[in-house]
Amino acid sequence: MKQLLGCFVVVFVQHAYAQSVEKAGDSVPLDTVRHLYEVTVTAHRDKGGSSIIPVQQLKGKELERLSVHSVADAMRYFAGVQIKDYGGIGGLKTVNVRSLGTNHTGVFYDGIQLGNAQNGQIDLGRFSLDNMEALQLYNGEKSDLLQTAKDYASASTVYLQTRKPLFTTHKRYNLNVAMKAGSFDTYNPSLLWEQKLTEKLSAQFSGEYMSTSGRYKFSYAKKNGYDTTEVRRNGDVSALRTEAALFGKSKDGEWRAKVYFYNSERGFPGASVREEPGKYRHQDRQWDTSVFGQGTFRRNFTNRYSLLLNTKVAYDYLHYLSDPRLDVTTMYTDNHYHQSEAYLSAAHLYQIRTWWQVSLSNDVQYNYLDADLVNFVYPTRWTLLSALSTSLHWDKLSFRMSGLQTYVNDKTRMVGGSAGSKNRFTPALILGYQPLDKGNHDLSLRAFYKRIFRMPTFNDLYYTFIGNKDLKPEYTTQYNVGGTYKRVWEEGLLRSAELRADGYYNEVEDKIVAMPTTNQFRWTMMNFGLCHIWGLDASLRTSWRLGKLDVSTNCSYTFNRAMDHTDKDSPFYGGQLPYIPWHAFSAIVGLSWRDWAFNYSFIYTGERYEASANIPENYSKPWYTSDLSLTKLVRIKKCTLRITGEVNNVFNQQYEVVQCYPMPGTNFKVKINVMI
Amino acid sequence: MEEKRKIPNGNKNRAFGCALMSILLLSTASCRTEDEYIVPSQEEQVDTAQVSMKDTASVKGFYLLNEGNMGSNKCTLDYYDALTGKYIRNIYAEVNPGVVKELGDVGNDLQIYDGKLWAVINCSHFVEVMDAATAKHITQISIPNCRYIAFHDRYAYVSSYAGPVQIDPNARLGYVARIDIDRMEVIDTCTVGYQPDEIVVHGSKLYVANSGGYRFPNYDRTISVIDLNTFTVTNTIDVAINLHRLEADRQGYIWVSSRGDYYGYGSKTYVIDPHTETVCDSLDVPNSEMTLAGDSLYVYGTDWSYVTNEWTISYHIINTRTRKVVTDRFITDGTDRKIRMPYGVAVNRTTREFYVTDAGNYVSPGYLYCFTPEGTMKWRVRTGDIPAHFAFTTIPLKYE
Repeated sequence: MKQLLGCFVVVFVQHAYAQSVEKAGDSVPLDTVRHLYEVTVTAHRDKGGSSIIPVQQLKGKELERLSVHSVADAMRYFAGVQIKDYGGIGGLKTVNVRSLGTNHTGVFYDGIQLGNAQNGQIDLGRFSLDNMEALQLYNGEKSDLLQTAKDYASASTVYLQTRKPLFTTHKRYNLNVAMKAGSFDTYNPSLLWEQKLTEKLSAQFSGEYMSTSGRYKFSYAKKNGYDTTEVRRNGDVSALRTEAALFGKSKDGEWRAKVYFYNSERGFPGASVREEPGKYRHQDRQWDTSVFGQGTFRRNFTNRYSLLLNTKVAYDYLHYLSDPRLDVTTMYTDNHYHQSEAYLSAAHLYQIRTWWQVSLSNDVQYNYLDADLVNFVYPTRWTLLSALSTSLHWDKLSFRMSGLQTYVNDKTRMVGGSAGSKNRFTPALILGYQPLDKGNHDLSLRAFYKRIFRMPTFNDLYYTFIGNKDLKPEYTTQYNVGGTYKRVWEEGLLRSAELRADGYYNEVEDKIVAMPTTNQFRWTMMNFGLCHIWGLDASLRTSWRLGKLDVSTNCSYTFNRAMDHTDKDSPFYGGQLPYIPWHAFSAIVGLSWRDWAFNYSFIYTGERYEASANIPENYSKPWYTSDLSLTKLVRIKKCTLRITGEVNNVFNQQYEVVQCYPMPGTNFKVKINVMI
Repeated sequence: MEEKRKIPNGNKNRAFGCALMSILLLSTASCRTEDEYIVPSQEEQVDTAQVSMKDTASVKGFYLLNEGNMGSNKCTLDYYDALTGKYIRNIYAEVNPGVVKELGDVGNDLQIYDGKLWAVINCSHFVEVMDAATAKHITQISIPNCRYIAFHDRYAYVSSYAGPVQIDPNARLGYVARIDIDRMEVIDTCTVGYQPDEIVVHGSKLYVANSGGYRFPNYDRTISVIDLNTFTVTNTIDVAINLHRLEADRQGYIWVSSRGDYYGYGSKTYVIDPHTETVCDSLDVPNSEMTLAGDSLYVYGTDWSYVTNEWTISYHIINTRTRKVVTDRFITDGTDRKIRMPYGVAVNRTTREFYVTDAGNYVSPGYLYCFTPEGTMKWRVRTGDIPAHFAFTTIPLKYE
């Protein structure tokens, strides 16, 4: 009867079902591009005025050397992040920050949020690192002076920043052709072409194709019992991504326009449960097409006033097919979903005094979902967001206060089917204090409070047989205190060290969970959950120099005590939330010597439970993987060749991130880049 | 200054070495040292003062099948020993450590017949056959999307949603498989209505409740009548939409439950006269499951409406002779308020003690409640996830 929920399993379940495995218990930033913003913003900024909440980021070479397939894999190295991974290249990968739930993470692509009004979920497994310049994660919110209202509208924000054209002197173009090949019959050719059109205008084209069979062996073994090795099937993916962008500069500002196209076909390997081996094959498939166009314009009109405009138009198509002619056990499901989105944002920054700025951002968004479901209501949603914020900076003290007003109005074609309108105000307060600020020897302390909610998605509200239009928004409240100590040395072995630590307390109220109705094949959504989370994120970054050898390390540690306080009468009241480890640790060690680079990365995910009932039946063992990569640069005339070899999960650990979704063992990849 | 720096550098060098070493050490230990073991069974003693020795008359205890949430492979088997008042959770894995991935995904029915324990494992697509005295795996009989089981003579009958695929894949009938219990294999199939659920044998006929659950909003509304001599459908009885449960009473009438459509039509109870093969009565009693003890039909209803987004939970006893509701609350001490999601009911036909399971939120362990015949709670124990199906046994389970 995975069939009854067939369609549900794909479009919804990965959200609700994933949640429903937790069910009722318990669900995603810029260097060179950031320059683009920072250069102009610095005019307004005094020293202490930059982001008080520090960013966690992976960028440039560090990102390049990491042996990962996708953005999701890279995100695992950030403190406070829990990834849900359904295994393999094609498996859904979502990010949960500080145990707040997947839907509370906003994911921004080149400054504009990636939307999914249908299920609120961004599959970070689909974003390759091929053209990625930086990945950034902010807890609470990014505290840039000039940002869209959407930047304020999530409990945590992830920024995917693609490469911005940079030309060395006398060079008018950059060309980067790459080919990756590896385990699971993976082939991944890509092309990046950048052209300087005029001094103030450049163009970029990026394209990539990826194909994989998604096949890998996995085993389940019990010391006092069975021992089985099977092959993951129907996990194949083929995907094409193309992007074209124009970058323009003017004296007092810049602009950028981009068109993005993504098309994929994938199979679902399904849950690995007891079945007669080889008797039935999983056959269900999904086709996705995403197209969007987005534009950014910013200008400083006077020394005191700056304007940032953003706009986006998007269309997403999803087709899910499960055919009993291919697998007799399944229910026939053939569903098509069409999502359209339009977005416009205007952000203003006014500098009243050198130490005092105010900004106002107004966003408007339109969403529509069309689906061939029985009794579907065809929902339209208008969202208006207004954020007013003020920043004050004195010598050592910075203060920022922001308020966000959100107005959401849903309309449905079916009379009486709509959730109506909602109007909510949510505040955030950020405080920074810098007792030590010597440039090479800094200490800064911070604290923030933020309250924000997530709207129920279209699936939560309107999915036939599951949706519940009476749902309220799901709120999160965050309290955070932390500090950063940083020291830089001009000489010696150790060149820099940065230690960060943040302690936090979070609350999630009116958590939207899937609840069963009369039997386990009929679910509905309800505001039922209440969670309290105590946490500690710590990270240590160092860089060392031993002669010509450069060494950098980046370690992070996360502690989370995430308590399910939903049901006072339950004997499992206060149980650790599903899939949240008490302890998680990651380490990246990078070595570079002349044209050689070596990278070692390690991930440890501690013990956790697959349900809020923390009993032996639900216990999930810790897992830890080690990945290695070696890169060599070869220069032939004007051409640079970069050759990389990767070995992932070196010790062939057999593990699961999500119950019944086995992860791949040891796997390999070879990557060749030709750069002209 | 220079002097001062050199000393710490030496330390740093060492510190760095240590850091690297510890990371490398961590990684070399990466073949997980602790092995995984089969999750052992757990024993819980119910209040011994509440264990009546009358239990020992013929019923020695019962098995309880926990469905486990779909896709979690957490179907488990529990046993209640009525002689000692011991409740043993999750016995299958321990008894059968060699069976790959334990009992499987979503248990949907459980029966004892011919000294064997038969468990229909819906999403694992087979019937698991165990020794009723030990719960040891004997064999598994492959039937895709299997739902319910019934027995007659040397045959087992199993309903399945996975009938032949027609031109329209959406209009796919189900079937009933006939298993020869001596050969332990499917020897014949008989196509019935859409998505058949419970089946019941009466006389030489097999009655099949067709749901049409995959075809919303075009639910099936019929019962297929199969003549067991020819193993062909001899009649189709129109009853109501989305049929689910069947129970034959002592007068030979067949009781039928309709799930309704979760919108305008609620769940109801119907009665079929097997002589005329027509609906002879209907009661406005929401019916999720029913079980017969004498002339008393115990019915609970968990009626859900997507219109109001509310449940209506009810407990009725119907007298099958008068076809009148005897009581609309068979739990009399208020315990029903503690039961969030009733999911199974069973009556010990000797002692008239009855049992109700609570599936809770479906992802946490559930509870089993034991009541006196008068409806007062005697004890409760924790079960596996989604406790649902009972099988009373006259042969006690042998365990250490």
